[in-house]
Amino acid sequence: MSYENPNAVLMVEDLTVSFDGFKAVDGLNFYVAPNECRVIIGPNGAGKTTVLDLICGRTKATGGSVNFKGHELLKMREDQIVHAGVGRKFQNPSVYEDLTVFENLEISYPKGYSVFGALAFRRDQQVHDRIEEIAEIIFLKDALGEKAAFLSHGQKQWLEIGMLLIQDPELLMLDEPVAGMSVAERVKTAELLNRIIADRSVIVIEHDMKFVEDIATRVTVLHQGKLLAEGSMAHVQADPKVIEVYLGH
Amino acid sequence: MTMTSPATSAALTKAAPPRQGAFLDRTETMGAIALAVLIFVILPLALDPFRLNLFGKYLTYAFVAVGLVLCWGAGGILSLGQGVFFGLGGYALAMFLKLEASSPENTAIQSTPGIPDFMDWNQITELPFWWQPFHSLTFSILAVIAVPAFFAFVIGTAMFRRRVGGVYFSIITQAIAAILTILIIGQQGFTGGVNGITDLRTMKGWDIRSDEAKTILYFVNGGLLFACLALAQFVRRSKLGRILIAMRDREDRVRFSGYDVASFKIFVFCLGAAFAAIGGAMFTVQVGFMSPSFVGIVPSIEMVIFCAVGGRNSILGAVWGTLLVNWAKTLFSEAFPELWQLGLGALFIAVVLIFPDGLAGLWKTHVNPRIERLFPRRTTPTVPAE
Repeated sequence: MSYENPNAVLMVEDLTVSFDGFKAVDGLNFYVAPNECRVIIGPNGAGKTTVLDLICGRTKATGGSVNFKGHELLKMREDQIVHAGVGRKFQNPSVYEDLTVFENLEISYPKGYSVFGALAFRRDQQVHDRIEEIAEIIFLKDALGEKAAFLSHGQKQWLEIGMLLIQDPELLMLDEPVAGMSVAERVKTAELLNRIIADRSVIVIEHDMKFVEDIATRVTVLHQGKLLAEGSMAHVQADPKVIEVYLGH
Repeated sequence: MTMTSPATSAALTKAAPPRQGAFLDRTETMGAIALAVLIFVILPLALDPFRLNLFGKYLTYAFVAVGLVLCWGAGGILSLGQGVFFGLGGYALAMFLKLEASSPENTAIQSTPGIPDFMDWNQITELPFWWQPFHSLTFSILAVIAVPAFFAFVIGTAMFRRRVGGVYFSIITQAIAAILTILIIGQQGFTGGVNGITDLRTMKGWDIRSDEAKTILYFVNGGLLFACLALAQFVRRSKLGRILIAMRDREDRVRFSGYDVASFKIFVFCLGAAFAAIGGAMFTVQVGFMSPSFVGIVPSIEMVIFCAVGGRNSILGAVWGTLLVNWAKTLFSEAFPELWQLGLGALFIAVVLIFPDGLAGLWKTHVNPRIERLFPRRTTPTVPAE
């Protein structure tokens, strides 16, 4: 599909995946505008994480199309999708425990992706400066030399966000970025996210309604793999269908 | 870099990110020097040519162990079929040496003079076409590396592109080792069968069986081993080395950071195969034959044990482990031939259960801290990168 809708960075159309006949995502359509922060909510098993998996290539779709700036992502390999400008944070903090914070960020530095590029990669001043800049943003400047295994749960979440940030993706997908965090960490993370979502499109999966209200431009509600409602937070919260299946208490 | 005031440089030191330091750190330098002294000075002075040749043979296994440190220790790819590459490298050189030993004069009593003796015994009357290029030493030396590396590339591509990993990969490599052994034994007329390629005599007219030649070959072997160690260290210190470790921990994260994970696995598997192949070729030329008993499952697993005992995360540890286990094997199997196999099995279990990082791990946790206390390190100021 060509780049028809100039207002959308990401166009998800008719997206479907079925696992042994069970349709985890069923004919889903949604569009994400530049600089939009889209939050996906829905009850457990609604297919939220699966949608992110489909967009980033971790799960292969059964049908439909995911168009990102004119690239058909469903036909691309995971690393090519990353190079196109899509970053993905996993639900559980996914960092390299045996490496230091510095090395974790360095691996994500967008240079030397090929085998021989990685062999020839040098830590020059530019790499240093960029890593320190990112470390500052994610509150880990003093922990650069520490092994990631020794970080707290919240710090690991920040590190993973930093690893995405250093690649400067145009579309950032975050899966429950504040889950399992302390209240203090949650506040800091909200501040961090508000900073980094400023000049890119973001898709966030989150259960914390307070947090969703803070960051969302628009909210998409999924239920049983289908779109239930879409719109502003206030609009969605007032929707009787949404109240019934998700918010209803 | 501009001059910084003491205050800012102190601040810099505090947040000092790990700069890419020396090629070897202090422990590694000491380990490398100790190994070099052992291999190039102590062993040649202390041992008669027969024993020295024996240690030369052990060192050929060390090439495999170093390759396994990269594949298994760093990359998490446990190949139980490294004997395949050791064997292919060894056979490539053995074919050249066999052709040289099978000159028409040497083989005048055969019904077809000029072809290897085992072919003659199997009623083969003409040298097979794929043996022909092995008349050339240059071709053979290239083939020592290229054939196993290509084979590893094919296996690696077939498996890693399909995301076969972990235990499944190990089992398939083991199956390949078994298949190649059966193939070599079955194709007796072309490969020498179960006896292998034996009775190798000269290399471009130079008698490789003499004591003098064996001593020279021992040193060549040691030099090549250190070249491989240097290359392995270069790879480990590069970003590629850190990507391998990252891949071992969180393959998905590496993939979604923009790397084509399979190509890194294929690369390190090929490199490990190339190291093993050099070891195999040096084995052939030092020991004077190559046979399927170095290709199959048992030798492949033994090589993994050498690596595990030495420490699968340490390239120097792998060499020490190989030397130690083989030396012990020779001592014990001369005294108690039946018990040795049990001992080796017990050793492997002990390594896995009690000291998973092998000798290198023991050194790092128990010996090295004492040395550090005895000889405190001079504190080096942090130099800003250029």
